[in-house]
Amino acid sequence: MEINLTIDEKTVTVPAGSTLLEAGQAAGSPIPTICFHEATTSNALCRICVVEVTGQRLLQPACIVKAVEGMQVQTMSKRVVRARRTILEMLSSSVDLTDSPAISAMMLEYGASPQRFPDAERREVPVLDDNPMYIRDYAKCVLCWRCVQVCAEDAQYTYAINFSGRGFETQIATYFDSPMPATTCVFCGQCVGVCPTGALKPKREFLLENGASPDQISAMNTGRKQRKAKAE
Amino acid sequence: MSEFDLSQLSQAIEQYRPLGQSGLLPALHSAQKLYGWLPQQVVTEVAKTLQVPLADVHGVIEFYSLFYNEPVGKRIFRVCTDPACALKGADDILEHLCSANHIQPNQTNIDLSITVERSPCLGLCEHAPAAMLNDNAATKVDLAAGTYDLSMPVSLVYGSQRLLTKNCGKGKPNTLQDYGAYSALHRAEQLSSEDVIAEVKAAGLVGRGGAAFPTGVKWEGARNAEGTQKYIVCNADESEPGTFKDRILLSDDPHQVIEGMCIAGYAVGATRGYIYLRGEYPYILPVIENAISEARAAGYLGEKFDIEIRLGAGAYICGEETALFESIEGKRGFPRVKPPFPTTFGLFGAPTVINNVETLCNLPLLIEKGASGYRQIGTDKSPGPKLFCVSGDVVHPGLYEIPFGVTLRELLEMAGGVASGKTLQAVLFGGAAGAFAKPDQVDVRLTFEDLRAAGLPLGSGVVMVFDESRDLRDTLKRLGRFFAHESCGKCYPCQLGTQRQKEILDRLADGKVLVGDSERLQDVGWTMTDASLCGLGQTAASAVLSAMKQFPNLFIETRRPDAAS
Repeated sequence: MEINLTIDEKTVTVPAGSTLLEAGQAAGSPIPTICFHEATTSNALCRICVVEVTGQRLLQPACIVKAVEGMQVQTMSKRVVRARRTILEMLSSSVDLTDSPAISAMMLEYGASPQRFPDAERREVPVLDDNPMYIRDYAKCVLCWRCVQVCAEDAQYTYAINFSGRGFETQIATYFDSPMPATTCVFCGQCVGVCPTGALKPKREFLLENGASPDQISAMNTGRKQRKAKAE
Repeated sequence: MSEFDLSQLSQAIEQYRPLGQSGLLPALHSAQKLYGWLPQQVVTEVAKTLQVPLADVHGVIEFYSLFYNEPVGKRIFRVCTDPACALKGADDILEHLCSANHIQPNQTNIDLSITVERSPCLGLCEHAPAAMLNDNAATKVDLAAGTYDLSMPVSLVYGSQRLLTKNCGKGKPNTLQDYGAYSALHRAEQLSSEDVIAEVKAAGLVGRGGAAFPTGVKWEGARNAEGTQKYIVCNADESEPGTFKDRILLSDDPHQVIEGMCIAGYAVGATRGYIYLRGEYPYILPVIENAISEARAAGYLGEKFDIEIRLGAGAYICGEETALFESIEGKRGFPRVKPPFPTTFGLFGAPTVINNVETLCNLPLLIEKGASGYRQIGTDKSPGPKLFCVSGDVVHPGLYEIPFGVTLRELLEMAGGVASGKTLQAVLFGGAAGAFAKPDQVDVRLTFEDLRAAGLPLGSGVVMVFDESRDLRDTLKRLGRFFAHESCGKCYPCQLGTQRQKEILDRLADGKVLVGDSERLQDVGWTMTDASLCGLGQTAASAVLSAMKQFPNLFIETRRPDAAS
């Protein structure tokens, strides 16, 4: 079955079950996203994808709202643009986005100023470097939940990570903040793969960025092997 | 880590093993009762018993304010510093307790004898300033004498027509013997379930928790939904600042609530019910437990319909219906995206009716009187009785039962008018998620339709009064702090917006506004209102945006304006 709807004054036909995000793509009105990832369950967290639907009191998240016959959607109305700009400004006043080029580009597009909120509390936490595979730099975390989801039912069923705190103070955390090797983590790397902001990063990449040469990094690995050989 | 004797723990939590993850909150409450807090070794045991991943259990403990994963004092003082208590000197109590114990708010002293916390509204607003000491309400706090009263808080109940509260305010809970037979339930059972629902629809009853959704329509949805197991959930997670009606209904007349749930269960075809009681009301728990055993002994509860109580653990968001389900399921109280709605996908994914305590209390009355009799009360568009929680600067704060249609002026007069002979500055309607009324609006009739036209939300029935001498910027600062503390952190507009809003309101109250703060408040407020995932975020700026409209002088950026507007 097919659904006909209007997006930004343009009529499009999409397969039944399509989200407004997909319909927007089809209509040539691409809708921005942050938390959305095609391999993880959509939770409508970031609300960057909100659009205005005629007859609805509130803005609707395009990542989960399904297209309905005759729906009239505006993807760039004043209310939509204000919400997107303000969310981006609030995000950049809280989180280190230097490793998030896609979000930085979005900020330019929406005229979002990184200085909009002076004296704002930032989520500043030290880098967690507790295992040889990846580092966790939660100052860069936008709480998209993808890592928690792939660690659980969306992929790995490992349940090594969940949340600590709530509200603005929410952070991704292990059981009683244990170092990663002491958790159920199997180092599958899927969380690193879906992280959109460099909050999770392969250790090697992190070391290279921090000035270590490939030779030095190799030496570190050799060192581990030597210790292991000695122990045996 | 071996200092914890785990033998008692297995005994205490064994009963929750069959519940799996859904037993998590009760098990953590039991464990915390034993050890005073939740050490890692203890939590690991709980997780193993219930078969819940360790990180998830930690996430749950971290979410709820009343669970502690570090040592706390033997005595925990929670001092409410939200608007109604703040008007009556709450800050002095907090400061006194802290300085006497050489700690800051939210700290524990060195010998672990006392913890002092700044608490969100405790639902004791008519007794302001109020606090809790461990599991007891502390009222009649007298700083000079150093005394307070830890007995069951006295219910101050008034009004022109006592139907829902006829058994309230007697100084003790109404037993089944006092209450009498569940005659409305009996009457309902003489009708078909369709006819009960038709009666509720015809009576025009709408939800009293704040959203005003037609109760009969909700019931019909759940009744017609596919599914063999259906649930009735009583939302007793009353936490809207300024609201205390459900506390009084449950502690004084629990059978009225239980009978309401039984009627709902019959109409919907549900065999199981839950009462989700807010974590700050532990002292009501024995009252409800006793009433449930009485109802079981009398055969009202049992195989065809039975009720389980769940105690929350300090999270305003769990009053949001889907967050409440998540909490019963043993998870962090994150609201779900809707649709699907609870009537088709509610608790444990099953069709569920979730009603507020006051809504359920209307049912025995409604069934006894019949739809036409019930419609004799109130107005045509807002039938029935309504409870108002009157607090702040009035002579007699308390719970007022009136029929819909009485004016705000009349209600304030019943409460003795503005205290100390002062004049009215503002009334906060509907709680933290509400809006301010100005003195020229006191002739508004208290009905859904009149309030809507006046731009005032009825919400949960909060009427918080501020006299001319009050600085509303201080009130706004506390509302900002409340929402920042209570945001669950799921969606960005609320997670970030409540924090940014709090920072700006702090500056405003401290006289340190920055150029552009008004515009920032508007952008943050409208973004939360328009784009948040649930009702908390959508209303987190409601009172602030209303104050900006009603009292623009408060927000002038270049100078510190006068307190009164």
